[in-house]
Amino acid sequence: MTKQVRQLDRVIIRFAGDSGDGMQLTGDRFTQETAAFGNDLSTLPNFPAEIRAPAGTLPGVSSFQLHFADHDILTPGDAPNVLVAMNPAALKANVGDLPRGADLILNTDEFTKRALAKVGYAANPLEDGSLGEYRVHSLPLTSMTVKALEDFDISKKDAERAKNMFALGLLSWLYHRPTDATVRFLEVKFAKKPEIMKANIAAFQAGWNYGETTESFSVSYEVKPATLPPGLYRNISGNMALAFGLIAASVRSGLPLFLGSYPITPASDILHELSKHKRFGVRTFQAEDEIAAVGAALGASFGGALGVTTTSGPGVSLKSETVGLAMATELPLVVIDVQRAGPSTGMPTKTEQADLLQALYGRNGESPVPVVAPSTPSDCFAVAIEAARIAVKYRTPVMLLSDGYLANGSEPWQVPEVDSLPEIEPAFAEAGEEDFQPFKRDPETLARPWAVPGTPGLEHRIGGIEKADGSGNISYDPNNHDLMVRLRQAKIDGIARDIAPLTVDDPSGEARVLVLGWGGTYGAITAAVRRIRAAGGTVAQAHLRHLNPFPANLEEVLHSYDKVVVPEINLGQLALILRGRFLVDVIGYNRVRGLPFKAEELADVIRDVINS
Amino acid sequence: MSDPLALVPKDPERQTAKDFKTDQEVRWCPGCGDYAILAAVQGFLPELGLKRENVVFVSGIGCSSRFPYYMNTYGFHSIHGRAPAIATGLASSRPDLSVWVVTGDGDALSIGGNHLIHSLRRNVNLKILLFNNRIYGLTKGQYSPTSEVGKITKSTPLGSLDSPFNPISLAIGAEASFVARTIDSDRKHLQSVLREAATHNGTALVEIYQNCNIFNDDAFAPLKDPQTRDDVTVRLEHGEPIVFGADRDKALRRSASGPLEVVPADSPDILVHDARNPDPSLAFALSRLDSPTFEHTPIGIFRQVERPSYDELMRAQIDEAIAQHGAGDLTALLGSGDTWRID
Ligand SMILES: Cc1ncc(C[n+]2csc(CCOP(=O)(O)OP(=O)(O)O)c2C)c(N)n1
Ligand code: SF4
Ligand SMILES: [Mg+2]
Repeated sequence: MTKQVRQLDRVIIRFAGDSGDGMQLTGDRFTQETAAFGNDLSTLPNFPAEIRAPAGTLPGVSSFQLHFADHDILTPGDAPNVLVAMNPAALKANVGDLPRGADLILNTDEFTKRALAKVGYAANPLEDGSLGEYRVHSLPLTSMTVKALEDFDISKKDAERAKNMFALGLLSWLYHRPTDATVRFLEVKFAKKPEIMKANIAAFQAGWNYGETTESFSVSYEVKPATLPPGLYRNISGNMALAFGLIAASVRSGLPLFLGSYPITPASDILHELSKHKRFGVRTFQAEDEIAAVGAALGASFGGALGVTTTSGPGVSLKSETVGLAMATELPLVVIDVQRAGPSTGMPTKTEQADLLQALYGRNGESPVPVVAPSTPSDCFAVAIEAARIAVKYRTPVMLLSDGYLANGSEPWQVPEVDSLPEIEPAFAEAGEEDFQPFKRDPETLARPWAVPGTPGLEHRIGGIEKADGSGNISYDPNNHDLMVRLRQAKIDGIARDIAPLTVDDPSGEARVLVLGWGGTYGAITAAVRRIRAAGGTVAQAHLRHLNPFPANLEEVLHSYDKVVVPEINLGQLALILRGRFLVDVIGYNRVRGLPFKAEELADVIRDVINS
Repeated sequence: MSDPLALVPKDPERQTAKDFKTDQEVRWCPGCGDYAILAAVQGFLPELGLKRENVVFVSGIGCSSRFPYYMNTYGFHSIHGRAPAIATGLASSRPDLSVWVVTGDGDALSIGGNHLIHSLRRNVNLKILLFNNRIYGLTKGQYSPTSEVGKITKSTPLGSLDSPFNPISLAIGAEASFVARTIDSDRKHLQSVLREAATHNGTALVEIYQNCNIFNDDAFAPLKDPQTRDDVTVRLEHGEPIVFGADRDKALRRSASGPLEVVPADSPDILVHDARNPDPSLAFALSRLDSPTFEHTPIGIFRQVERPSYDELMRAQIDEAIAQHGAGDLTALLGSGDTWRID
């Protein structure tokens, strides 16, 4: 049977199943195949906080969405063209997101009376016509997998568990994905259990062969590689990119990296990744709590290391006092907050941007701290280096605001040349200085000298108590305090001279509406802007990497447009600051659903503003 | 045995106590026990002969925590309770430093209790000097986690309700490898304990009974009063029989039911102190001799056992990784994993 091959320019697939069904792994493998094939891509894992939520229930559904294309794309996609649902719960939780005509691949083995009843299906959706607007492929995935693995010496349970590989094989066939890397991956993953390894590979191949022979799929699809700039590429998630960026900053500064951390979702993977790289002299310290984690990082900085701490919102709350100490003692420190939905424990595995005010203002006293935010998963690499650069050059703690979406999402990344990365100059104070003054500032940067223990002649004491300008001795003098508060503020404000001005994307130069975002909303905003322009609309776009200080030209940019729209996954935190600082009546768009924005949703909002 | 000071550079010049004094005016209340401890430390450090720039004092917040300002070394006066955490990052990344922590009973045992117990179990190379005055000095006299039950203070006008910690028992329970107690008024003893602490590999906890003459004067009077001192102080010396009393006529023995009992010095089976015993139960039993009235209070080194320090283990893992796979190469790291090339 020869099958038809149809060309597509982009596809959005969502794999959904029970937390125990291996959907994240399946999605991850499909992503690697897609990356190796050369498509541009963007991913959105979405999983429950519970490790094994009750099987077959709606809260237990775990999903992985992947958008890939023959051109440059920016988001994991609004609505899947294909949904793979391993059970009724996965169908019920996701079917609402499907557009008419989407492909639905359902594992019918799981559509039992009990399983249907568990999620409140009165009738079987496979039979009651309710899925009429989709192209339904009803496949007994579990039993086909078990059958394919009959000859293997493994338990029925292990055979059933391989059904995700069967599904992966089928989808790989359907979209012409290369398969070698997945076979190699399974060989390594199950190296210690050869029978399970062989069974999983067999299930993967059986899925592929099934696609080839079944009549359920008459067409397969090709999505041509994207034309990306030449170079070496890899797929990278935000957390991985942060870890690599920190190592790069350590190498480029010559400062040993010290990470103090306490496990917390969705930041733990940075700790896990950095723990693997001891060859770079990286010290990772799993502390007893977040306070100790940041304390140890600051202690290491005092000793001349690149001190870093990684956490999420609740951990930042605990670290605040120490960040204040770092600010007051003017020592370099990088604080990474992978934001998750709050307040309090909130929704640990879901994304949000609601820690901006905490990062900017969550300390006692006048305590300005630079804040930077990456815009895409791969941008985390560059922003980690930027955070370290500012911290070291200006002797200050720097807050880096990533989020759950960037942390777990991934995209292709052009591997940079090491020589092209910024160099970071620690410029330690050196022995031999007469009459050393620990708080005598560099006239240009206002940074104080970083004199590390072991340097003869520079012995000095620092602390959180107010210091006399210059000497650093304890001082309660009113005018000195006023001066020091202003000097510390001026130092941070002055960083604006050392960062790139805000670039505005306004191709026609005629836009009256500006969309301004920050952090992980970049992809969705950019995709929305493209849609509007494709339909003939005119809109300008800018995205802030530096939230404190702002780029020097921000005020001018804001005043150049009639209307400024600020979409944020919070209740308007950047908007509050822009209004307060620049007296601009910005229009907020705010949703806090634990999910990234969709491009179409933002396009609607922006269109409304343009037309109003 | 690993020498924790092996990598700390030595000063070829002979040092004196004066070398360790700063030009800062010392601001403790006249008569405060902290002065005596400062003088003892400044008098002791020249003995170690370490380069001054390789010695660091890290403290929390409290009267006691002002200590680093008066030491002509590197110093970090940090925030309340967190000195062990900050010092952990410093000590574990800089084997060429001798890192000391100065803390108070509130700082170490109340707000910073968690960091204290975790640094003890980790055995980071820190020498922790816990100034125990059984009161919150800096905040003007509230009861502390070492105040005796019923303590009348501004915050407990009808007497405090909660049982205190015994810092020695706590440290032994937290797997500490070095636990000692000394007293501000006995410089010789204090320095002898510092000597052992400084060269101990890992965390050393030294509780120093310190008189706060403003808010808790005479808290340790029975241990200081020449009339009673020798009768109540039980001096622990490793390898020596535990004999005490003005006439050295009392000794300790394990009773049939377990706890220690005081017996005449010429009794059979009197205890010989063994600080190096891997089993901590005797050290713990000794710590339980304390009573609010100081009938017999052990001072000296309760426990001093060998255990690798956290920082040397951390270093070893890095050295091992480099020995096995070579030093990290950034180009190789960034281009690792599944990659593809676009021409
Ligand atoms: C976060 C925080 N909480 C409270 C305080 C107030 N405070 C300063 S010192 C102190 C207690 C000090 O007692 P202790 O540690 O015994 O030191 P001492 O003054 O007795 O030497 C307190 C409660 C503070 N500085 N920081
Ligand atoms: S209040 Fe007490 S502990 Fe503090 S300086 Fe005065 S005497 Fe010393
Ligand atoms: Mg006290």
